[in-house]
Amino acid sequence: MTEFLQQLINGLALGAIYALIALGYTMVYGILRFINFAHGDVFMLGAFAGLFFTPVVERVFPPQSYSGGLVVLLLAMAVCAGLGILIEMLAYRPLRNRPKLTVLITAIGVSLFIEYTCQHRLVFGAAPRKFPDLIPVKTWNVDLLVISSTQVIVFVTTLLLLVILRFIVQKTRMGTAMRAVSFNEQAAALMGVNINSIISFTFGLGSALAAAGGILFAMSYASIDPLMGVQTGLKAFVAAVVGGIGNLPGAALGGLLIGVIETFAGGIPGLSNYRDGIAFTILIAVLIFRPTGLLSKPQVEKV
Amino acid sequence: MKRALNLWRGSLVLAPLCLALVVGCRPADGKKSDVIKIGEFASLTGKEATFGQSSHEGTVLAIEELNAAGGVLGKRIELLTEDTQSKAGEPATVVNKLISRDGVVGILGEVASSRSLEAAPICQQNKIPMVSPSSTNPKVTEVGDYIFRVCFIDPFQGTVMANFASRTLKATRVAIFTDVKSDYSKGLAKFFKDQILRNGGQIVAELDFNGGDKDFKGQLTAIKAANPEAVFVPGYYTDAALIAIQARQLGLNVPLLGGDGWESEKLTEIGKEAVEGDYFSTHYSAEVGSDMSKAFVANYQKRWQGRTPDALAACGYDSALVLVDAIRRAGSTEGAKVRDALAATKDFKAVTGTITINAQRDASKSAVILTIRDGQYKYLETIEP
Repeated sequence: MTEFLQQLINGLALGAIYALIALGYTMVYGILRFINFAHGDVFMLGAFAGLFFTPVVERVFPPQSYSGGLVVLLLAMAVCAGLGILIEMLAYRPLRNRPKLTVLITAIGVSLFIEYTCQHRLVFGAAPRKFPDLIPVKTWNVDLLVISSTQVIVFVTTLLLLVILRFIVQKTRMGTAMRAVSFNEQAAALMGVNINSIISFTFGLGSALAAAGGILFAMSYASIDPLMGVQTGLKAFVAAVVGGIGNLPGAALGGLLIGVIETFAGGIPGLSNYRDGIAFTILIAVLIFRPTGLLSKPQVEKV
Repeated sequence: MKRALNLWRGSLVLAPLCLALVVGCRPADGKKSDVIKIGEFASLTGKEATFGQSSHEGTVLAIEELNAAGGVLGKRIELLTEDTQSKAGEPATVVNKLISRDGVVGILGEVASSRSLEAAPICQQNKIPMVSPSSTNPKVTEVGDYIFRVCFIDPFQGTVMANFASRTLKATRVAIFTDVKSDYSKGLAKFFKDQILRNGGQIVAELDFNGGDKDFKGQLTAIKAANPEAVFVPGYYTDAALIAIQARQLGLNVPLLGGDGWESEKLTEIGKEAVEGDYFSTHYSAEVGSDMSKAFVANYQKRWQGRTPDALAACGYDSALVLVDAIRRAGSTEGAKVRDALAATKDFKAVTGTITINAQRDASKSAVILTIRDGQYKYLETIEP
């Protein structure tokens, strides 16, 4: 029982990070109907932004403090929001009216471009780096269970960001416009919605969440490298599809689900070497039995 | 028309220049026979970058010393190095390039067994002798009679660690955590397990991970539940450091044991206090050794900004010495002759010990066990084969 609960805690902490990244995939898909494969790399850039901001922030705030950690998080989110908007403007906007496949392949190109540029020794270099301890790390022992402060913070931050995101999408003018564009781009444009700025905003928001995911991931696992976004990004993408691509709560649910199942699989001897395959097995199963994902309803398309 | 004329005039000026360039190249081509080219493939960047860099620095030092002493067969040795980026697929590409485009007479590399295994068939096919500095999986030299190594192999290393766990640590309940992506890790785990069982110990949990993973908590929770007295983690340093951190976070506070894949300053840089008190086996320690190894440590520090050579640097150094010595004894750079000379290597004094190449083309040598104390590697004991 203890082992079960411990695995659940481990899984939820991992899943929370997948959820944050999955939200970015799903938001962009909801509006533009294509998968932004460079999203996992923005997640990586977020972690590296954190690495470079930490020494700067520590000059002003006490090292390893919650306030300092929060500032690093916000700075990384801001930088990545800017990068996300830039990527959209340079790579995707010129292809707005081309077939979706063209944009999709461009996204793969952007992803490879970021990964390999960052591996160059003049950029980040390919060797893994130690990520500094942003906040004081404590562990609590509840009976035989072990919970670390990092796990709690990861989970709380994710929940908080989810609530903020939901508020933005449901209650603000910007969110209303986003939903309008997602529903029908042309009609929204006719109603006076500035499509370009809405799309930029979506990319910025998604990339900021990816950066938050990157920082939380780096805080939990201490080592970061330019290819860290590949596998994690793929898993988060699977999470978005499992939950129902284009559906925000679905992405969060999918992320948690993948994280928990993966962790449990890791704990079973004989199954642990297939751990990375589990997410994709789930993806195949969902695509066969419920192609629209767990939470989204089948849509009727009028012809 | 006027433009065409200008172009014509321009080419008149350029023509003698081009000719001069072509002629200028000729003597350089002719000089080719004055150097002996040796190829090296190493993981200079990527996940196992510190391995490749250490090994490379050792090799470079050896080649420079050999050249300073007059080279080999009256010729200068030129070392051509290619980076494998710690990735599968790269070794085949770069070794093919070294052999077919650069025309090297011998290949040195790599540290990681999986990548040596990728390059070995290519060297074998082209009849170019290959000497691996520190790939310990037995399969590497089984590829063919052109493939050699200057280090011990995993059956020995696995046995050494198992005996250490049973006898020195008095651990009877042991868990194994293997990297299923790496031939090195799987080999080491197998031989470790066999020896533990032979010693009357018990394997309480066997779990796997994929090299490059970041989250190991699922597996470690299961290992903790099995209540082991020691955990064998035959992985590479990045993974080992993350495993140590997460093991401590989960309250799994038993010693972790590893192989030579652990030896990198990154292990302590990333692992910090989590790797304190853990143990691993490796090829050599700068703390003990012959006069030759003391001289090596001094020269290495002079050449590479005061860094202390680790075991992989020493193995990289030895691999170059052994190959060049074989070329000297063969009196030729012809593949088959160098191969025969390599196979006949006997009682060769090297930094990591006395090297004799056995019938399996492996070096039989002693291993040392190190522990981590205050962020430093401390020598514990030497174990003879």
